[in-house]
Amino acid sequence: MKKTYKIEVDCANCANLMEDAAKKTSGVKEAVVNFMTQKMNVEFEEGQDVSAVMQEVLKNCKKVEQDCEIFI
Amino acid sequence: MNKKQKKMLGRIILSAILIVVLEQLPIAGMLRFGLFLVPYLIIGYDILIKAFNGIRNKQVFDENFLMAVATIGAMMVGIFGEGDYTEAIAVMLFYQVGELFQSYAVGKSRKNISELMDIRPDYANVERNGKLERVDPDEVGIGSVIIVQPGEKVPLDGVIIEGESSLNTSALTGESLPREAVIGDEIISGCINMTSVLKIQTTKEFGESTVSKILDLVENASSRKSKSEDFISKFAKVYTPLVCYSALALAIIPPLVRMLGMGLSPDWTDWIYRALTFLVISCPCALVISIPLSFFAGIGGASKEGILVKGSNYMETLSKTKYVVFDKTGTLTQGVFEVNGIHHNEMEDSKLIEYAALVESASSHPISKSLQKAYGKEIDRSRVTDTKEISGNGITAKVDGIEVAAGNAKLMNRLNVKYIDCHHVGTIIHMAINGVYAGHIIISDIIKPHSAEAIRSLKKAGIEKAVMLTGDAKAVAESVAKSLGMDEVYSELLPGDKVSKVEELLNIKSEKAKLAFVGDGINDAPVLSRADIGIAMGAMGSDAAIEAADVVLMDDNPIKIAKAIKISRKCIRIVYQNIVFAIGIKFIVLVLGALGIANMWLAIFADVGVTIIAVLNAIRVLFVKKL
Repeated sequence: MKKTYKIEVDCANCANLMEDAAKKTSGVKEAVVNFMTQKMNVEFEEGQDVSAVMQEVLKNCKKVEQDCEIFI
Repeated sequence: MNKKQKKMLGRIILSAILIVVLEQLPIAGMLRFGLFLVPYLIIGYDILIKAFNGIRNKQVFDENFLMAVATIGAMMVGIFGEGDYTEAIAVMLFYQVGELFQSYAVGKSRKNISELMDIRPDYANVERNGKLERVDPDEVGIGSVIIVQPGEKVPLDGVIIEGESSLNTSALTGESLPREAVIGDEIISGCINMTSVLKIQTTKEFGESTVSKILDLVENASSRKSKSEDFISKFAKVYTPLVCYSALALAIIPPLVRMLGMGLSPDWTDWIYRALTFLVISCPCALVISIPLSFFAGIGGASKEGILVKGSNYMETLSKTKYVVFDKTGTLTQGVFEVNGIHHNEMEDSKLIEYAALVESASSHPISKSLQKAYGKEIDRSRVTDTKEISGNGITAKVDGIEVAAGNAKLMNRLNVKYIDCHHVGTIIHMAINGVYAGHIIISDIIKPHSAEAIRSLKKAGIEKAVMLTGDAKAVAESVAKSLGMDEVYSELLPGDKVSKVEELLNIKSEKAKLAFVGDGINDAPVLSRADIGIAMGAMGSDAAIEAADVVLMDDNPIKIAKAIKISRKCIRIVYQNIVFAIGIKFIVLVLGALGIANMWLAIFADVGVTIIAVLNAIRVLFVKKL
């Protein structure tokens, strides 16, 4: 399953860091952060609880960049 | 400017004033340090907090850490040196100014580009109880009737049921010539109604409408990352830690060598200062921001011209295109066959056409359609009996009880009818009536007015080979190819042959030269996906083409292909400029910093100044009108 979230992040390198952090979160199959459109596309693994995974993604992203926001 | 940026501006101004004031005061020692700490904290507190959190989260090497270490270090140098704290604060100050400017410039350009592509209609007019109501296009179902007033955007795809008007399609196609639309015409969302009120019955939901599809495509395009972007993000990951360790080495090794090896004074402060300069330069932001921004601007600029590039990676491939393979029908020619001549007939032209149209009436072949079009009247199928289709030859049938045969030379031979060959190029239909030759009809496709020009401008842009593939007869194909100036032509191909021909060409070309295939999106999807880059033309409304191709031209003007290639080259050129420029300047300043020539001011320029210049350079990609 794929979902797109609106995000807020100030610098491009931070967006890359967020992408890495999201990718490493368990339950996430693939994640792409688009700095230009301020969007995050997340592909979840089968049978995952999307909202729980996203909470985890947000937590991991906050770790690498405190200023970021994901609108879940 | 948003709230965050305004707050930052306030902090910058406040601390700048404080520094200037404090500089005038004749104080020294720890009091001086304490007073200078105030503007330092005002300007840099968030950086310090972030750096601290970064260490706690084991994300040490980010720019906040670098700035924190560099400025704290510079303050220390001040305490042990001559009490000069201005530089440390100024470094932080300029860093913040740079960040602010960068965030403003990037935000602004992001917005501009997005606005360029904003063809999203805000509302649809629906008539309810005799009154016009504005509703969200999402709420309008299939088959509803919407009203579009002059000056408004068409919100959903549909068919005109009342009124006629001119439409401005420039937001979709980049074509400024208005298009006339009358009752019964299909109309696509995103056009602007120019002259009079139209009533439209919708045929698609908003989510499925052309405008949503295009927006979706363009917005997602920058998510498909190019090789340059991958390179930069990998580079950034290595670069920052590398510079940090070098800075550490620079701070420790030379003084130790001086002290122990050469017996000189270690000059700790000097070397630490140099190391701090290093840290300031180590932020990879200029690179990381300017590359995706260049691609984004390129995709935005292209879409303004009616060229949709589906990803940054395709932008890159497109710029390396050296071979362009065209499908003939619908791409270089209009794909509408018309009767172009009738020769050697004894009966009247119109009578012969009538017979031909009737005989072919059962066939769905384009030829039969063009005959029917030339005939211009309703076909009365009951006049036709005994229709026999001889595959690859033609058709025989009885019309009003008279034996009529229509087909190629093979059919005439088969029926033992002596025919006269034609020297014109096109599809020749020989006619025999009651076993006697009755002349022939020539049907040919018309070359698009801009095709020859398109090939010329491709050649000018450095395309090595323009190849044409077609299912048509050899004579037709070669005459078209010659008039257009094609390098190679392959004719009489079945759809499957086109794939294998493209594969052959893929094999003989060098690895670096890329091959683009241009088709009209109808039944050439396999070839579109097999080529390095698939370009579909005339995609307005054709979902299959948008799906299969990597680059979609919104109208069917072949001249746009050369334009697309030129835009992609400009985009890639600017990407490379930015990579070389940013890495180059940083490297030079790193070396100068290590030698003690560059001070922190120059280092700040290497960080912030380079970013700003790179961002401005990236914006240049947007200007593609004159390419």
